[in-house]
Parts: sequence; C-alpha cells; structure tokens
Amino acid sequence: MKPAEDRPRKVIPITPVAAESQQPETVSLYEAQKKIYPRSISGVFARWRWAMVFLTQLVFYGLPWLEWGQRQMVLFDLGARRFYIFGLVLYPQDFIYLTGLLIISALSLFLFTAVAGRLWCGFACPQTVYTEIFMWIEHKIEGDRSARMRLDNGAWTFEKIWKKSLKQVIWIAVAFWTGFTFVGYFVPIRELGGELLVLHGSWQIFWVFFYGFATYGNAGYLREQVCKYMCPYARFQSAMFDKDTLIVTYDPERGEPRGPRTKSVDYKAKGLGDCIDCTLCVQVCPTGIDIRNGLQYECIGCGLCVDACDTVMDKMKYPRGLIRFSTQNGVKNHWTQSQMLKRVLRPRVLFYTSVLVVLCIGMLASLVVRTPLKVDVVRDRAALSRIVAGGKLENIYRLQIMNATEGAQRYVISARGLPGLEVASESEVDIGPADSRWVAVRLQIPYGSAPPGSHTVYFDIQAQGNKGQVAEKSVFLVPR
Amino acid sequence: MSDFTSNFWSIYVAGITIIGIVGCGLLLWITSRKKVEATADNTTGHVWDEDLTEMNNPMPRWWMWLFVLTIVFGFGYLVAYPGLGAFKGQLGWTQLGEYQQEVEKANTELQPLYARFASMTTEDMAKDPAAMAIGERLFMNNCAQCHGSDARGSKGFPSLADGDWLHGGMPDDIRKTIHDGRVGVMPPMAAAVGSPEDVRNVAQYVLSLSGSPHDSLRASLGKSKFAACAACHGMDGKGNAALGAPNLTDDIWLHGWGEAAITAMINNGKTNEMPAQAGKLTDAQINVLTAYVWGLSHKAGASR
Repeated sequence: MKPAEDRPRKVIPITPVAAESQQPETVSLYEAQKKIYPRSISGVFARWRWAMVFLTQLVFYGLPWLEWGQRQMVLFDLGARRFYIFGLVLYPQDFIYLTGLLIISALSLFLFTAVAGRLWCGFACPQTVYTEIFMWIEHKIEGDRSARMRLDNGAWTFEKIWKKSLKQVIWIAVAFWTGFTFVGYFVPIRELGGELLVLHGSWQIFWVFFYGFATYGNAGYLREQVCKYMCPYARFQSAMFDKDTLIVTYDPERGEPRGPRTKSVDYKAKGLGDCIDCTLCVQVCPTGIDIRNGLQYECIGCGLCVDACDTVMDKMKYPRGLIRFSTQNGVKNHWTQSQMLKRVLRPRVLFYTSVLVVLCIGMLASLVVRTPLKVDVVRDRAALSRIVAGGKLENIYRLQIMNATEGAQRYVISARGLPGLEVASESEVDIGPADSRWVAVRLQIPYGSAPPGSHTVYFDIQAQGNKGQVAEKSVFLVPR
Repeated sequence: MSDFTSNFWSIYVAGITIIGIVGCGLLLWITSRKKVEATADNTTGHVWDEDLTEMNNPMPRWWMWLFVLTIVFGFGYLVAYPGLGAFKGQLGWTQLGEYQQEVEKANTELQPLYARFASMTTEDMAKDPAAMAIGERLFMNNCAQCHGSDARGSKGFPSLADGDWLHGGMPDDIRKTIHDGRVGVMPPMAAAVGSPEDVRNVAQYVLSLSGSPHDSLRASLGKSKFAACAACHGMDGKGNAALGAPNLTDDIWLHGWGEAAITAMINNGKTNEMPAQAGKLTDAQINVLTAYVWGLSHKAGASR
C-alpha cells in the first residue's frame, strides 16, 4: 500500500444547512395525520379511474357468483386443496402456475411503471379503487370538499349526526359485502350467506369481518397513508422511473411565476406565467400534495390534477396541458408527443416486454398441454426388495395418482426399464372426480435377470380413453 | 417438570422481558415528547457528499400508536399465556392441552363418519368401498411402515395378504392384534435340541416339513430332536395360533429361508413385537382397519 500522504485525503463534510425561517418552529418527531378532503373533479382521467373501478369490481364482486357445470366457476377450496379456475382443476402440486402468475404480474408492474409511471397505483390498485368508492359515498352524503370540511369542523348538530351515521352504515355495508365476496372465493359463496346466518364456520366469519374491517379502515380512514407509509410497491416503483417515463408533470417554464389575475388583464405584460395559483390541483389530489413542486414520492399518478388544471385552462382560454402526463426529458427538451412516444422503445422497456411475452406464451402453452393427471412415486423404504414365489424379485412402490379432471377416471399402470419387468399388483385403478389416491404397486423381475444394484425404471400411467399419460421415474433395487 | 433447573433463570428471563418492554415504552414516550426545530426546506439539515441532503419525513403518529398497541398486547399476552419465566399464565394454556383438545375435536368430527360402520360386520365393511377407502388410508399412515404399502410385509414383518396368520385370522383375532399388539417369542433352543449337529439336523427336518429342498438323511436324524420344538409348533409342525407359534409346513418364511436362517433362529431365538395401536387409533378406526386387513386375504369379498 502506498503511504497515505501520496493521495489527498477526501473529506466529507457534514454541514448543517442554514435554516431559512426566521423564528424556528418546533415540531414533534411524529407527524399528525392531516385529513385530506379531495375535491371531486371530472375529466378524462377521472373517467378512466371510474372505468377501472367498474371493471375491477365487476370482476371481483361478480366472479364468485358464476357457475361452471355443477360448481362455482372460480373456487379455491383450501380445505380439500383443490383450486377450480374455469375448466381447470389445480392441485397444490400446480403451485408453479401461481409462481408464474406472480412473476408475470411483477414484470407487468415493471413494464407499466417504466412506460407510464404509477399506472397501477393511480388506476387499478385495490387501495385506490376502494378509497374511490368510499370517497364517492362520502361525497354523496356529506357534499364536496368545502362542505365536508365545514361539517367536520362544526358542532355535532342533528345534520352532522345523521350524515355521519348514514355514511358509516353504507361504508360498513360495502365493507361487509367486500369481505363476504372475498371469502366467497374460498368457500362456495351461495352457501356462505346461509352459514353466516346460523353462525356456522368460525373461520369464515372471522375472515369476512377481518377483510371487511381492513377494507373499511384502509378505504375509509387510512387512505393515502397506506401508499405513503405502508406500501412497498409505492417506494420501489420510483426506482423503475427514468427520464423517459411518463409522469404527471407541471411545466414550470410555462406556469411560473404563478399568480392570480383577472381575465381582462394581459398577464404576460405583468410578467406572470400561465398558472393562476387557484390551487385546484392541490385540492383534488387524493394524497394532498402540490404537483407544482415537482415529482414526489407521494404522487400516485392518478392524473386528477391534470383534469383540474385542464378545466381551469379551458375557462381561462389558455392552452391545456400546464399539468400533463409527460416525461422529464419531454418537459426539459420541449418534445412533442410523438418525440416522447419514440423514446418508449428503449432497451429497458423492450427487455421487460420480451421477457413478459416469453413468460406469457410459456405459461399459456404449459396450461394448454397440461395433462389432467399427476403421479407421485414413493418407493417403500421398509422393505428394499423381496423374493417371492415363482422365482421373482419384488419391489414395492406407492403411487399417488391425482385425477385433475371432473369425471371419474380409470388409470392403467405399467412399468418399463428392465427386462421382464411387470406390474404384479392390480394394474387398473378407478379414481373419482378431482380425487387422489395412494395405490400400492408391486413390480417384479425374474430373479437374477438384472445385476445387483439400483436400476432406473419408469411408471407409465395412462388414463383410459386417451385422457392423458404420465411417466414417472423411480428405482428398482436388486440385492446382492 | 420445570423448564428451569433453578428459580434464578425464571426471574432472569422474566426480568429481561419486562425491562425490554418497559424500555420500548420509555423510548416511545421520550421520542413523543421531544420537539425538534423544523426547517423550511424539509430536510434534517444533514448533507453528505456535498449535495446529498437527508429529507425530514417523520413517521406518522398513528404508527407510534401501533407500537403502543403492541406493548399493551404484549403485557396482555404475558398475563394470559406462559411467557414470563416460569409463570404459567392466567388461561392455563399448554401445548399438550391444545394438542389433546384438537385430537378430541377431530375425533368428535370423525365420529359421524365412522358411525355407519359401527353396526356393520367385518365382512360387509370389506365390501363397502367407502370403508375400504378409509381403511386403505389408515393402513398407509399407520401400518405400511412395517408391513409395506401392499401389506405383504418383509423379513420379520408378516405379510397380511397371504391368508397365513400367526395369531389367528378371524376378524376378532385381527382386531385384538391391532388393539393390544402381539409379542411373538421364540426362545433360544440350542441347548434343548442338543449338539450343533443336532441343530443342523432339526433345521433340515423343518425344511422337509414344507417340502422345501432338504438333506433327507439329516432330516430323518433331526425328526426325533424336533420333540423340543413340538411344545409350541406342535408335533406336526403346524404351529399354534394361541401362542403365536408359526406354521412350519406352509413354506412361508417370516425370518428367512434355508438352513442358515433356521439354525440361527434355533440358536438365538427371537422376540418379535407388533405394537399396540389402542392409544393411537380409536376403536372405530381399529374396526375399519380390521375389515381392511381381513379383506386383504379375502379379495373376493372386496369390491375393488
């Protein structure tokens, strides 16, 4: 090592930044939650948000009620460990599909985020969707932002009591129904109501109320606190942004200096920018931030401030888009939309897309060619091998045969891999719909027909009527 | 039995637990009272590497209340459940108690399942697919470890599918075997039989009983010495189910075939035990299992 004098020592100074405020204000280490009263707004993005609310909730509330043949179309029967999705009967052994689904979901999140920021947060996340629903109820009963603020700050009049009570009743009803629907994915939903009425099934009751309570608390009270403090995705999505990611931006070059003005005055002559400082963008924000301060981690990319600002710009007869979905490069370099669109095809996006496409095709293909039959082979360990009448050497196996169809099936078991290898036990097994069974199978070879040691053999299990075939590997032991 | 060898450790553990929880509470209390100067630019005032500033994003107050809630929960838990040294907790909860409760609950839930079989005969159960499916699962989980998945056993573990029974093959015999277990004792007989040559001769005689390949000269010499064995195995060598003495004439060799295996058995004897299942399985389960085992050697009676 060289002596230290050779190199100048790098000093990292830790210097306090000079406080700008004149009289220092003291605050607590913990931040009190400031209730946010978002103003309701209509516009392109507000409509998209509602479309997503309807789409996601139609699926969520509706799906468990659909039937497929004699059963619920989508049912995750945890007790029986069978998972019914449309025509599919999945076993716990099919876990790989869940893994695939989760990887695809994660990659989709990466892709959407890289292209257009926190689309998921702003439009599809259950936290957003239920908050939207709960806020709509609140808005219908208590009125818009200013009315709600007045009501909250006012005394407990009769009006306040009935409005608050009505809101609570409807909130609780929606939350309960959400919990009920959620549990309906795990136990037959058509029987769940009756079971709840007679207080049968303590776990069902617990989960209905637990999920309902979580919905009520998260959508009614915690709201943006979940995104700000609890959600891990919210934080790591920022790491997937780059300067070409579409985000909600305020154009300071055009807007500043902000300030109020009357319509008749030539504001440009007064040196004002396009922002009239009406603070509507702040009032509509569900997370209560000021987008004019630039990109912030609280921004969920819902675009409501874009709608608000566009409305104002229309009224002022200014061009739209003072606040708009744009990229950091786009704002800086004054790019047009097509110039920004071209930047969508950048390596990171192409990489996500190609991996996603490959995964989706792979998963789909694997589901299409999936054999509705699963077999596990377990060699008996107590008896390695035995010599039986007729000069045969015998090994015993246990085959778990899982019927993943919804009809009774007959399976034919055969074995190969050694000369003279044959199945000595019953080779045909009947298994009921979506049932599984352990079957003891004896394999025999003529004594002395194979050298001592371990030999690889294969079981072929064939569903009668060409309903699929599975080959499973095992070993046949020949003693010394 | 106490978990601790001395009372000191109980107090030590309880003390550390209490100090830990109280410490957390104290920390929360101090931090909740502390006020700091706010800066206009919302940073903590710390700058690293010339321009890296640390933002001031305080934790929400409701989060602090969650911590308080966990402390309250912690104390409640320690009062109700064992956790504070050797203190047993007010609810009297134990692992064993919980296990027994669950077993009891499972047995109560299973009762209606088995109720149907209580009035059925073993023969009828052996024809009932539902009973046999249950029996098969019971066998796989409780018996197959020794007797093999196919119930054909292996050396030292009798086959249950061959119609040959050491302790009797009637349903009641099988039920008793499962319920109480069995012990088969073959005492070392070398001294009673005579010289090592005599033992070899008896072994050849035993082989001859089942018509196995044998040395007829030695067998004829051994026949008289077999008297020592006859007390249990009978003069004709057909065994005695009451004693669990195996039939030597049926060419079924539980502990190995051939002169070497037989002389070893005569010289060393053997104690072979089938453990009792009464504590593990309920009577209803044993009933169904009996039918399954009985059905193994009465395949015509079984429907599958």
